[in-house]
Amino acid sequence: MSDFVASYAGLLIALVKVIVVMLVLLTVVAYLSWFERKVVAHIQSRWGPERVGPHGLIQPLADGAKFLFKEDPTPAGVDPFVYVFAPFLALSLAMTTIAVMPLGPGTLKIFGQTTSFSVAESNLSLLVVFAISALSVYGVALGGWASNNKYSLLGGLRSSAQMLSYELSLTMSVVGIVLVTNTLSLREIVEAQRGTVLGFLPRWFVFPQIVGFVCFFISAVAETNRSPFDLAEGEQELVGGFHTEYASFKFAMFFMAEYAAMVTVSFMVSVLFFGGYLSPFPDSPAFHWTFYLPAALALIGGALLVPHGLRYHTAFGRVLLPVMGVALVGVGIVCAQRGVLGVIQGPFWLAAKVFVVLFIYVWLRSTFPRIRYDQLMDFGWKFLLPVSLANVLVTSLVVALRMQR
Amino acid sequence: MTVELILFFLLAAVALGGAINLIVQTHPIHSALSLIVVMVALAGIYLLLGAELLAMVQIIVYAGAIMVLFVFTIMLLNAGKEERTAISRAATYVGVPCGVLLTAVLAWRMVLSEAGASASGAETQGMSRELSGMLFTSYVFPFELTSILILVAILGAVVLAKREM
Amino acid sequence: MPLASYAVVLSAVLFGLGALGFVFKRNIITIFMSIELMLNAVNLSFVAFSRIRHLLEGQVFVFFVIVVAAAEAAVGMAIIMQVARNRQSLNIERIDLLKL
Repeated sequence: MSDFVASYAGLLIALVKVIVVMLVLLTVVAYLSWFERKVVAHIQSRWGPERVGPHGLIQPLADGAKFLFKEDPTPAGVDPFVYVFAPFLALSLAMTTIAVMPLGPGTLKIFGQTTSFSVAESNLSLLVVFAISALSVYGVALGGWASNNKYSLLGGLRSSAQMLSYELSLTMSVVGIVLVTNTLSLREIVEAQRGTVLGFLPRWFVFPQIVGFVCFFISAVAETNRSPFDLAEGEQELVGGFHTEYASFKFAMFFMAEYAAMVTVSFMVSVLFFGGYLSPFPDSPAFHWTFYLPAALALIGGALLVPHGLRYHTAFGRVLLPVMGVALVGVGIVCAQRGVLGVIQGPFWLAAKVFVVLFIYVWLRSTFPRIRYDQLMDFGWKFLLPVSLANVLVTSLVVALRMQR
Repeated sequence: MTVELILFFLLAAVALGGAINLIVQTHPIHSALSLIVVMVALAGIYLLLGAELLAMVQIIVYAGAIMVLFVFTIMLLNAGKEERTAISRAATYVGVPCGVLLTAVLAWRMVLSEAGASASGAETQGMSRELSGMLFTSYVFPFELTSILILVAILGAVVLAKREM
Repeated sequence: MPLASYAVVLSAVLFGLGALGFVFKRNIITIFMSIELMLNAVNLSFVAFSRIRHLLEGQVFVFFVIVVAAAEAAVGMAIIMQVARNRQSLNIERIDLLKL
């Protein structure tokens, strides 16, 4: 058995990593829809999903079952291959980018073999992310065209024109970071943010590259077709835009692709500007107690969830919530063990930062009014692109002057 | 039969399939999709040949921007299926043997021309660094000229595609 | 280096297929795409030869070919749009006379 493992070790380990990351990503995408509905609802002073399971926690499962069992009408006159291919392309591209994200520092030991703490991180990861986002324009454009519907076509063309325009400022905003760190590898960009300034402020790139951060975030929100830039797919505008004629599972694929793109962009923002898997606390021995933060959070969360669940108003909630609380307490105890403690730090801080960025995404959706299409294109071409170019100029000037000294 | 060679034959088969599909399909949108498949397969082959930056540029620029232009044009012009006329049939019967002959002559000459090549493998780490260095030092003048070329092309495209007022 | 030799043969075959498509397709846009296929085949042969001869200039030239192809595609698409507007057809057999 062990020599079978040793000879195909590389392949097996890659497979294990891919399966774990895919499962986590699919769960996050499903529960992101629940999270978004709850947050938007609470901001609007209402409850959101409450009935399907305690606090609406079973809602994503119910939605998934609905999408699976709903009737799948195909409109007349559609191009059969492209109609099926477009959502499939959108979803597979959106799910692929997570492979090049660095999930933790250094290496990991699985089944006794050492492997890097990411699925497929290489020294060109940044370009791979941009390549995949360049290809994801096709999902939208082809989906709009294949529906044999004028409004879908218009919506699809508008969406893809918007995505192409904001891709320019997206890539330009990152050039400043590449100039400073002299590498295209995401792991090295994170490692360049290690250490502190003045003893306590982490050396994250959001502080020197604040203009780049703002440009990147706004371009990313426009690139993923999210509010306030979702004119081409908002319900009040073009019915559904490019996904009007898609029902049940194909619509679910577009829907999941949008959320997966949100998760990808949140990963990018955390890795490029907020230090990725690095802890915000300095690395000195005085702060070693922060290593127990994941375990402490899980323990406190579980301990609070159990009494809340026991007093819930439905019987199912009175069973499910305390079980979840006990499971959380178990996770907390596991995280405090010596073997797991070092490994869990990187992914925990990365997950925390991604969660904060996702919250900001949802917050933006519920706060800002939709921007009109011509205002959107004006903003992208006449303001964001010159500002990101100016950022590149100023950064290269500063880097050149620093090299002179 | 190393893993590289297996991957290369897989990608070559995909590229060939895409190219043949480009010619065989009647609707231009299917040909465009096949061309995108060819380009992505070629990007994979560039990675195998050690040109990593080029592979990424090929996907970002060629498959991700130029082909989007093609797809937009096909959608906006509402291009439909092609028709088979007498002239196109005659062109097929004459053209296919000539095309095969052209391919055979090209392949033969190109394989012959690498007779004087060295046999050691080049190292691929950091090749994107050297490539970009060369692009900004020895070849900086053509590089700046291409940016002016793109500006001229943008102006030309905008002027040509405007509707007469 | 057998890999690069096979790549050279593949590039010749792709070029031949592109030339075939250029000769017997009737839609302008498909002809344009066959031209792009030929350009891609030439790029592949550049990269393969740059690997065989260990010169990086081949890859630099591929950059320039990609940029020129982009410019050409932009202007070509604009011309195609004008032609389609004037002749109401994308079939080259209807556009082969200089007068309408």
